[in-house]
This record gives sequence, C-alpha cells and structure tokens, in this order.
Amino acid sequence: MIGAAVAILRKDLRLELRTKESVPAMSLFTVTCFVLFHFGLDRDSLDGELAAGVLWVTLLLAAVIGVTRLFAAEREQGGIDGLLLAPVDRTALFLAKGTALFVFLLALELVALPSFGLLLLGPDLRDALPELLLVLLMADLGLAAVGALTAALAAEARARELIVPLLLLPLLVPLLIAASQASEPLLRVSPSTEDLGRWLGLLALYDVVFLLLSIAVFDYLLED
Amino acid sequence: MYAKGLKSLSIASVVAVAAALALVFFYAPLDADQGFVQKIFYVHVPMAIVALFGFVAGGVMAIKHLRSGDRTWDMRSYVAIHLSIILGVGVLATGAIWAKASWGHWWVWDEPVLVSFLVVFLLYCVYYPLRFSIDDPERQARYSSVFAIAAGAFVPLNFAAVRMAESFTHPRVLSQTGGDLPAEMRLTFLACLLAMALLFVTLWKLELTSKNASMQLKRLRAKLLAEADARAAA
Amino acid sequence: MPALPLDEAGKYVAGAYVVFLTLIVVYVAIIGAKVARIDRELGELNELAGESGGQAGRSRPAEGPASPEEHGAGSPAEVSR
Repeated sequence: MIGAAVAILRKDLRLELRTKESVPAMSLFTVTCFVLFHFGLDRDSLDGELAAGVLWVTLLLAAVIGVTRLFAAEREQGGIDGLLLAPVDRTALFLAKGTALFVFLLALELVALPSFGLLLLGPDLRDALPELLLVLLMADLGLAAVGALTAALAAEARARELIVPLLLLPLLVPLLIAASQASEPLLRVSPSTEDLGRWLGLLALYDVVFLLLSIAVFDYLLED
Repeated sequence: MYAKGLKSLSIASVVAVAAALALVFFYAPLDADQGFVQKIFYVHVPMAIVALFGFVAGGVMAIKHLRSGDRTWDMRSYVAIHLSIILGVGVLATGAIWAKASWGHWWVWDEPVLVSFLVVFLLYCVYYPLRFSIDDPERQARYSSVFAIAAGAFVPLNFAAVRMAESFTHPRVLSQTGGDLPAEMRLTFLACLLAMALLFVTLWKLELTSKNASMQLKRLRAKLLAEADARAAA
Repeated sequence: MPALPLDEAGKYVAGAYVVFLTLIVVYVAIIGAKVARIDRELGELNELAGESGGQAGRSRPAEGPASPEEHGAGSPAEVSR
C-alpha cells in the first residue's frame, strides 16, 4: 500500500513540477490577497492579532484553490477510472493526495511567509520563526487531511468548484482558531510564546481526528 | 414500519410540550438579572442541544449505512440531519432575539454556543447542495454518509475550539446552562429539553413514514404500470 | 444591561416562542402536503389496479408501512427528496 501511495504521490509531484498549475496560482493569490488587505484595512503594517488573522485567512483561502485542483488532473484526463480500476487501496490514494497537498502548502508558505514579512508584517519575521514554523507544520497537516477528504467528497458533485469552498471553510474553523491564536503572540512587536502549548494541543487533536476519520472513510469514496 | 408507535409518541410529545410550556410560564421563577427575557433560554437552549444531538445521531446512522450498505440507514440519517438544520434555523433566530433583548444587538460573539452553532449551521447547509448534485442514488447516499460522519465528528471539535477562543476574548460571567441554576429553573429546563427531544423523535418518525410510503408508492406504481403494459402487449 | 420592563421583554419572549411554533407548524404542514399527494397517488393507483379488472391478485394498495411484505428495510430504489 505504501508503494502505491508513493507511486501516486510521485506522479502528482512530477505533474505539478511540469505543469506548474496549483502552487504558482496559490502563491500569486496569496500575495494579491496581502495587497488587498493593505488597501482594505488601510494599514501599512500589522502585528499581533491582525497579522495572525490576515495571514491565516489568506492561507486558508489559498488552500481552497489547491484543494479544488487536487483531483483535477485525474478528472481532466479521465485518469480517475484508471486509478480506480487498478487494485489500489483507497487509503493509499488518500495518503498520496494528502501528502501532495501538504507539499504544495509547504511550497506555498515558502513564498507566502517572506511576502507577508515584506509587505505587511511590522515586527521582524525571524524573531519567532521556529515556533511559527511549528504552527505552520501542524496546521498544514490538518489542512492536508481535511483538504484531501473534501476534494474527494466534492469530486463527484456537479458544482464542485462551489462546493469545495463552502465545505472546506467551515470545517477549517477550529484549525483557524487554533492557528491564529497560536500565531498571535508570536507576531507581536515583542513576541512571546504564551499559550502556545494549549493551541498546539488543539491543532494536534484536530489533526488526529481528521486524519483518522479520513482514512477510515476514504474507502467509501471514489468507488465505482 | 415507522408508523408503529407514532401515535403514542405524538401524544407524549404534545403532553410534554404543554407541560413544559406551563412550567416555563407558571412555575419557573423570574431571573434576577435578566428578568422575563430569560424565558427565551427555555426554548433556545433545548433546541440547540437537540439539534446538535441530531447532527451527531445523523453521523452515527451514516456509519451504520456505510457498514451495512442498507440504504434505510441513509434515509434515517438524512431526515435527522434535515430536522436538525430546521431546528438550527430556530436556534439562530431565537438566539438573535435573546441577544437583542439581553445586549441590545441582534448578534453577539460572546456566546460560544451561539457562535459555534453558526459555524455548524453553515457547514450543514452544504449537505443539500452536495447531496442533490450527485445524480446516482447509490453514490448520493454514500457521499452524504461520508459528509454526515465528518460533520458529526466536527461538531464537538468546533465547540471545544470556539469555547477555548471565546474564553480568551469574552470571559463568560454568566453560566446559562446547568451550573448554578436554582432547582425550579433546572427542573423546568429539563422538562423543556425532554419535550424538545420527544418532539424531534416524533417529527423524525413522521417524516420517515411519509418518505417510506412515498417510495413504496413509486415502486407499486412502476409494478402496476409494467403489468398494464405487459397485458396491453399480450 | 438592566432587565427590560415586562411589556417590552414580553414581545421578545413571545417572538422567540412564535419562531419555534412557526417552524413546527410549517414543517407539519409540509409533511401534510406530502401525505396529501401520497393519498392522491394512491387513488390513481387504485384506478389503475381497478382497470386491470381484478387481474392483479393483490389486495388494494395497502397503507405502505402497515403491510408487512412491502417492507422498506431492503435497499430502496432512491431516496425521494
């Protein structure tokens, strides 16, 4: 099963490297969003709560783009039937797609964080970087799990571009709460790690619940 | 199949609702801080609790559906979720009325129960478009069940998260549910909760009966039409 | 905020309970409409069965849930809206 997952993952990553469809779009969207926030909030620099909020909402919205595209390649080239006919464990498919999304999110954040630091963030990004990276990693895990599940759920729906954001965003509210509350003290003018443990704990709980749930339930999706 | 016991359940519900209403307006004492407005609490909170249990029950029934492949479980899950969404509208409406009467605004972010209910409601609203945009009935049932399970697991997580967040920004001074309620209020509240739960189960059975009958009617009609065709051809 | 005077508060409380009752009543009305439609269709099917002049050996289309053979416990063909 791991072999199958790795194979699918390799294919997806290679495809993305070649076509460069998801990650550049997500990155461009993110930077544009930061510019929008500058005009919308009429602020030159943010810190603390506002910074955390702007950063996380933008990341979530960019993630929606990635999720909508997650099964796009298979759909457009009819590859999904090929995948399903092969004796592939659905769990392998979930792991592959989830990991691909995770990698895309990491790539996105490689662009998003420096842009945020440059355009909007008041305090220096490097001050709280290690803790911030930890929050990002744990949030990305949850994002990847829920994103893969949502992508599969919406895959057969007729209006899937509409359903993905409507489905994904409410599901992500606990993640958003935990991530932005964890990031808020880190992005202050004098960063601190207060309550970090508590919010990381909530993130961990969220990740575990949705990882286990998605693995358990994925077998019933994309069947034929 | 579902109609069995429906009559006694309905009678029990009517009695329970009447008794609960009587308790609310004639027995429960007036709240010291909020006055008469507090009476809304007796309809708002039981509705919320029953709706949440309805969502979780819908998830459990969905699990049963996926494991057994028996689509009656999916039908039961659908009706439970559908009823809970309707109750959800009621929760938000009565919550807004309570907020306006208590704090002067039609919406407040102070109440974690109300806030997380909004999120849950927004999520479950997607149930319909998701369900009805899948044409194949078997697939429709399966995907709806997956959604019901994910959403059902989401409900407690969401409540925990929102409560944690709100306790930072809006420290809760008043505890509205359970906690330090005087005995008369607690009894009234429990009576209302029971009445609401009975009502939910009654309506659930009612809708299932109607759906079941409608479905069998369809099959019967198809059979009769086929027979009529066969005879016409002969 | 201080408690509202009784007459003002009364309006809000009444509003809340009215919302609750309205939801229930509207819901029951919709189910009632569905049942009426089922009843009408049963009438049509009766005619259909009557036309076949007693050929159909079965009894009149029974009230769905009550008849033991027509059991909804199998996998239904579709879930009606």
